[in-house]
Amino acid sequence: MCGIIGVIDRSRRTMNGAGIRAALSQMDERGSGEGAGYAVYGAFPDLKDYYAIHVFFDNLHETKPVVEEELSKWGTIEHQEAVPTYEQANIRKMHIPWRFFFRPDPHLMPRSTTPEDDVVTHLVMKVNSSIPGALIYASGKDLAVFKASGWPEDVADFYRIQDYTGYLWLGHNRYPTNTPGWWGGAHPFNLLNWSVVHNGEITSYGTNRRYIESYGYRCSMFTDTEVVAYLFDLLVRRHGLSMETAVHALAPPFWDEIDQMPEKQAVINRAIRLAYGPALMNGPFAIVVANRESMVGFTDRIKLRPLVSGECGDRLFISSEEAAIRTMEPEVGKVTMPRAGEPVVGRVVG
Amino acid sequence: MSIGSVPLRYRIGVDHEQCMLCGRCIENCPYGVFRQEGGSIHVNSRVCVACHRCIAMCPRDAISLVERPVDYRSHPLWTPVVRESIYNQARTGRIILSGMGNAQEYPIIFDRLVLDACQVTNPSIDPLREPMELRTYIGKKPSRIEFSKKDGETILETRLSPNLMLETPIMIGHMSYGAISLNAQKSLARAVTELGTFMGTGEGGLHESLYPYQEHIIVQVASGRFGVDINYLERGAAIEIKIGQGAKPGIGGHLPGEKVCADVSCTRMIPEGSDAISPAPHHDIYSIEDLKQLVRSLKEATEWKKPVFVKIAAVHNSAAIAAGIARSSADAVVIDGFRGGTGAAPRVFRDHVGIPIEAAIASVDAKLRSQGIRNEVSLIASGGIRESADVAKVIALGADAVYIGTAALVAMGCRVCGTCYRGLCPWGIATQRPDLVARLDPSVASANVVNLIHAWTLELSELMGAAGINSIESLRGNRDRLRGYMLDEGIMQVLDVKPVGA
Repeated sequence: MCGIIGVIDRSRRTMNGAGIRAALSQMDERGSGEGAGYAVYGAFPDLKDYYAIHVFFDNLHETKPVVEEELSKWGTIEHQEAVPTYEQANIRKMHIPWRFFFRPDPHLMPRSTTPEDDVVTHLVMKVNSSIPGALIYASGKDLAVFKASGWPEDVADFYRIQDYTGYLWLGHNRYPTNTPGWWGGAHPFNLLNWSVVHNGEITSYGTNRRYIESYGYRCSMFTDTEVVAYLFDLLVRRHGLSMETAVHALAPPFWDEIDQMPEKQAVINRAIRLAYGPALMNGPFAIVVANRESMVGFTDRIKLRPLVSGECGDRLFISSEEAAIRTMEPEVGKVTMPRAGEPVVGRVVG
Repeated sequence: MSIGSVPLRYRIGVDHEQCMLCGRCIENCPYGVFRQEGGSIHVNSRVCVACHRCIAMCPRDAISLVERPVDYRSHPLWTPVVRESIYNQARTGRIILSGMGNAQEYPIIFDRLVLDACQVTNPSIDPLREPMELRTYIGKKPSRIEFSKKDGETILETRLSPNLMLETPIMIGHMSYGAISLNAQKSLARAVTELGTFMGTGEGGLHESLYPYQEHIIVQVASGRFGVDINYLERGAAIEIKIGQGAKPGIGGHLPGEKVCADVSCTRMIPEGSDAISPAPHHDIYSIEDLKQLVRSLKEATEWKKPVFVKIAAVHNSAAIAAGIARSSADAVVIDGFRGGTGAAPRVFRDHVGIPIEAAIASVDAKLRSQGIRNEVSLIASGGIRESADVAKVIALGADAVYIGTAALVAMGCRVCGTCYRGLCPWGIATQRPDLVARLDPSVASANVVNLIHAWTLELSELMGAAGINSIESLRGNRDRLRGYMLDEGIMQVLDVKPVGA
């Protein structure tokens, strides 16, 4: 199970977190009260050119200096603060959420065409795989992630997400089987500007992980969702594919369908499958992925998990359940159920 | 000093109550075990090889066979095989020849790996009701693809190399005309054509009667260059350079002169009756860059229209060698494990040289991944694939597809007697004697091979569905879906699998 929801406002008009809190709580049937989370884009307009590196520290006196030292090696910390939290009866504070606003030094990755992103990716992989007691759980610009172990409404109140505004929100209500209680295991997962919420299990994880690790990514979260973020980073940012093409690589049409396509289209689809076979994701899943410009929702090739989309004005909604969308926006129209593997994409204009 | 005769290996018994003196056993046994004297069948068990032909053909089930009816004094070190090898060599002073695969009792890794299945949190997929994709492309793949836009139309800028398209990841490995009969090759060729997969010629050339099936045949270029000319190269769907084979790593091929009949001699382009002993190395390959030149020469000769495979025996350093091959323009690397079969190999090589395919594939796959080039070449595993579970396991360890050899022969009747090098195969498979070859009917044998591969393909679909996977590429290298049962930690590290329960 698990319930997911995403909303994007194409004209970048902002929403506060109250709406998505209510929507996600509507899907408590799909969770177990052991994990929930939110991501918001457009959260830090005054610091939007800095990478907002969010870290869970087990304690501040031991591990924080180590992370600070690592960050300082690779760039400048412009500002840092404890992420404000507000005690909730149902949430035990396992970690101390902290955020650094960080500017990497591009000269330190001289061979890269995207040196700043590569510095940050390197830092995420390094901290998460080698510094015990510290976990970087968000690393993009102008975006924040809020997650913890608990019901969606408690997690929302713990961070008071209604105090944040943004033009794109993701939410996830978790029914964990793998790493219950661990905050790092809650969604959304984030790397750079990529955030992922995921309902399901990836049976091809072993193949996907080995593929992505051969490109230098390190899977350190003990769960299958993080590979989705890394795969999008590889396919879209590093290989320059469109979001739609990336979805066609991860959940491609069947060979029988490709054989029926007009020749030009068949050639393209065949090439995608040949080049990105190890990126193909199998197993039941519904996923919403976002970056700063867009949001895309899609399911596995035989749609073993639900996904619904709807629109209202400039806003596109994607969720596990229509009821959740209607809680957030009673006026929603064009409610449709995308077909297996078909991407639903929303983009900001301008 | 006289050594004397060694004890019987097999004893044949005839139940005279049952026997009706039809004489089929006499007719069928090319080794001369049976004769009729007076009113009963008499036997000379000493020449029996346990091929089971007489037993299969006796209409009254009157024939029995006992293995090692006479015991040596038992000893864990000085086994009967060891003792008999010594007697043999003391008498002849020669290298001992043997057939089939490794006969040493090494543990079988496949049998200590178990597969995974879904329960509750992820549903299994039912192949009877949902699509299940086993289609496999063998050949070079781009590491990334690029598009351009022209008048709103998306154009693929990346050029794809030619690939072989397989409807199932099971191919039939290289068994030459010479090692096996023309009827055997025809049976295999018909089968792969019907199944949408491929077979190899071995280093025996391509007989004219196989031309109709050439689109499903991979032609081999081995160190003897037997049968190789431009006609041969152009007819093949792909070309395979054989550097070595799992049954005898480090040495060339052996075809005893007894099997070189007129037709074999024409197809191989060698004199009739001569032993075809191909050299240990290719005489134009003494380094990896020489191999690269040969790969490119073959591609150039065939206008870059055909994939070129390179086959090596699984040896200690396979991973690094495969990484070198992957950079040579080769489209696929074939790794042949030490259990691979053969028509004839020195026993000391067959039983003692090389490593198991499970470990070799795992280390090659890992090495290619660590160098970021795994998906650019295909990996074909062979040598000791006995059933569909082995196929699933070796793909999960990193192979794209498999070659089977012995299993296909067994489907045609082979009883694994291991006497292929004698050229007297009573099943018409590993022989060139016309009367024996005529026993193998290609229309029957090809149907048996089709049935076998079809059955394995169905089982593979079921195994994948149970694991919640509907596309073979999601099984490939998915070692998370394997667990090691009673494997030692060192091997599990090489295989990159966890123990059961973990």
